[in-house]
Amino acid sequence: MKKTIKLISVLTVVLLISAFSIQKSVVSPGYEVGDIATDFKLENIDGTMVSLSDYKEAKGFIVIFTCNTCPYAVAYEDRVEALNKRYADKGYPVIAIMPNNPKVKPGDKMEAMKARAKAKGFTFPYLMDEGQKIYPQYGAKKTPHVYILQKTKKGNVVKYIGAIDDNYQDAKAVNQKYVEDAVDALLEGKEIKETHTRAIGCSIKV
Amino acid sequence: MIQIYKAATKHQTCVKDFLKILSIAIFKIHKKENMRLFLNIIIAVSLFSCIESKKEKPLDEMINMVHEVNEVNDFKLEIYDFDGIEKFFKTENDKTYVINFWATWCGPCIKELPHFEVLNEEYKSKNVEVILVSLDFPKAYEKKLKPFIIKHKLNSKIIALNDTNSNSWIPKVSEAWSGAIPATLIFNKDKRQFYERTFNYNELINEVEQFLN
Repeated sequence: MKKTIKLISVLTVVLLISAFSIQKSVVSPGYEVGDIATDFKLENIDGTMVSLSDYKEAKGFIVIFTCNTCPYAVAYEDRVEALNKRYADKGYPVIAIMPNNPKVKPGDKMEAMKARAKAKGFTFPYLMDEGQKIYPQYGAKKTPHVYILQKTKKGNVVKYIGAIDDNYQDAKAVNQKYVEDAVDALLEGKEIKETHTRAIGCSIKV
Repeated sequence: MIQIYKAATKHQTCVKDFLKILSIAIFKIHKKENMRLFLNIIIAVSLFSCIESKKEKPLDEMINMVHEVNEVNDFKLEIYDFDGIEKFFKTENDKTYVINFWATWCGPCIKELPHFEVLNEEYKSKNVEVILVSLDFPKAYEKKLKPFIIKHKLNSKIIALNDTNSNSWIPKVSEAWSGAIPATLIFNKDKRQFYERTFNYNELINEVEQFLN
């Protein structure tokens, strides 16, 4: 009898531990290149709800997790706007998503997003990740963090993850325009040379 | 200059202080290379103090302000690109290094910084050294980074990393690093662990203890 109790308790412990470790592994590490990216329905600065599926004509998307308050994100604002101007008409519009918790970062509240977009003349949607549900699915770790998606029959396939270019300090000193190179390759039906790059950024505030 | 002096003389108490500060400034000027800049700062500080003189700012405080300005000018910040900094990421000796990547604009970094300072102090005897690698923008070195280091009396070794091609050097620190800060690397000659997260003091100690025998 004692043995059975012992066995049961050991089994329970093992089960508990495995249950926890399983739960741990359920937390998505985010997308890799080749994965299908989820669509979303998020509020834009103009009050409308925006989904990727709204863009019937698009060939894909330049999804950028960005915010008002990170100096790296701010350093890239003009370049993000330039990307939208350059690629929206070619079928790859910029979709900016603000992933921070505005309660932690009041500078990233919807009102502040509106003000920033107006001041900078953003022509792309700037969406609030309400409840912070979308960025973890993508696996965004910081702002700015770019995901280039290509629309296919299977869904929006992740083609590139990473940085905008190789110089956050000075747009004029950039040597490699990672995002432009990737979108150009997609438009020309070529292989993207660098599908994954890294840059310093601000951790996402939860 | 004359205008400033006139403004200052409007306040009687201020004149004395102004002259004292000026004399300190002139005394210091003999030792300074960038005299003009220094003099300008002194005058600005004096004027500011004069305008505020109704609050009767004590002279000591004014002199402290001068010293602070002076300290920022004197503070020598070590600045490297990644090639220059890479030597700090290797060791053959018995020390355990805790390298924290931070910036003055990074809220969570500033919050955890005191823990690294205490660690550096408390674990010196256990052969642990903290190195704080600032990722502040170069344009902020003088206005933000140096004054921050001085104001908070940071004792750990501080180096500034100025290397824009982060795609090339981030994986050299750790393949696991997305590039978000705060980030911390703990290593000795046997072991190496990277953390893209924040720490409280206990969490930090727990990690460091695993590197000590």
